[in-house]
Amino acid sequence: MKKNHWYDYLWIWSILYFALGFFNILFAWLGLIDFLLPLIFAAAGGNKFFCNSLCGRGQLLNKLGSGCKLSRGKPSPRWFSSKGFRYGFLVFFLAMFGSMLLQTYTVAAGAASLSEAIKLFWTFRVPWDWAYTAGFVPDWVAQFSFGFYSLMLTSTLIGLIVMVLYRPRSWCAFCPMGTMTQSICKLKNRAG
Amino acid sequence: MLSKRLAAIDKGRCVACGACVKVCPRSALSVFRGCYAQVDGDLCVGCGRCAGVCPAGSINIKERVQA
Repeated sequence: MKKNHWYDYLWIWSILYFALGFFNILFAWLGLIDFLLPLIFAAAGGNKFFCNSLCGRGQLLNKLGSGCKLSRGKPSPRWFSSKGFRYGFLVFFLAMFGSMLLQTYTVAAGAASLSEAIKLFWTFRVPWDWAYTAGFVPDWVAQFSFGFYSLMLTSTLIGLIVMVLYRPRSWCAFCPMGTMTQSICKLKNRAG
Repeated sequence: MLSKRLAAIDKGRCVACGACVKVCPRSALSVFRGCYAQVDGDLCVGCGRCAGVCPAGSINIKERVQA
């Protein structure tokens, strides 16, 4: 049996993140850790230690898919892991991230008012007003929280859907963070 | 005595997620510099657990080619 490390329990963080954001949306900012750490590991260390060992989402998908047997375990479609789809999804994801930052900026500039809602799959608006008391922090800080939480929740939901349909960690095949960090590692490796 | 079969990785398709490393009972797999997974042919017994979890379908169990 392989020894368990402290970081083998980071799947709890994945659940905790959404639980915290349900009660107070400002906790969404903590998600930036999951956004920056993988890039730091890739850029500074030239490795995917985050994906390989620290990713709470990967662990959660594995726990639910393999542990709880919620995954069909069928091979995912070949195009999931094709270069075109992976880079395409990364570009789409970054574009959505950019549009979220733009919305945050518009609120900061006073050109739009704070929208206390979550947007699922970049389409469906879900009211989330209980998780924030207006005026507690500058509006743009709250707007970023709602936007970032939407992004995190949407990507986790996609992850869960492909987990059920295919293999537990099918999401990893086209995870934008994974594509980004692998590309950085490949560039670093080529540079020597 | 080496096993008859072993895991072969399609490096061009591997996403370096490390799912295979986690399930290998022989610790024969590692992720090379965040680029792709690699197999230690001396350790691999060709059990196929890695091939079963790979989200990219980049691992196949093949007959070992005797050198």
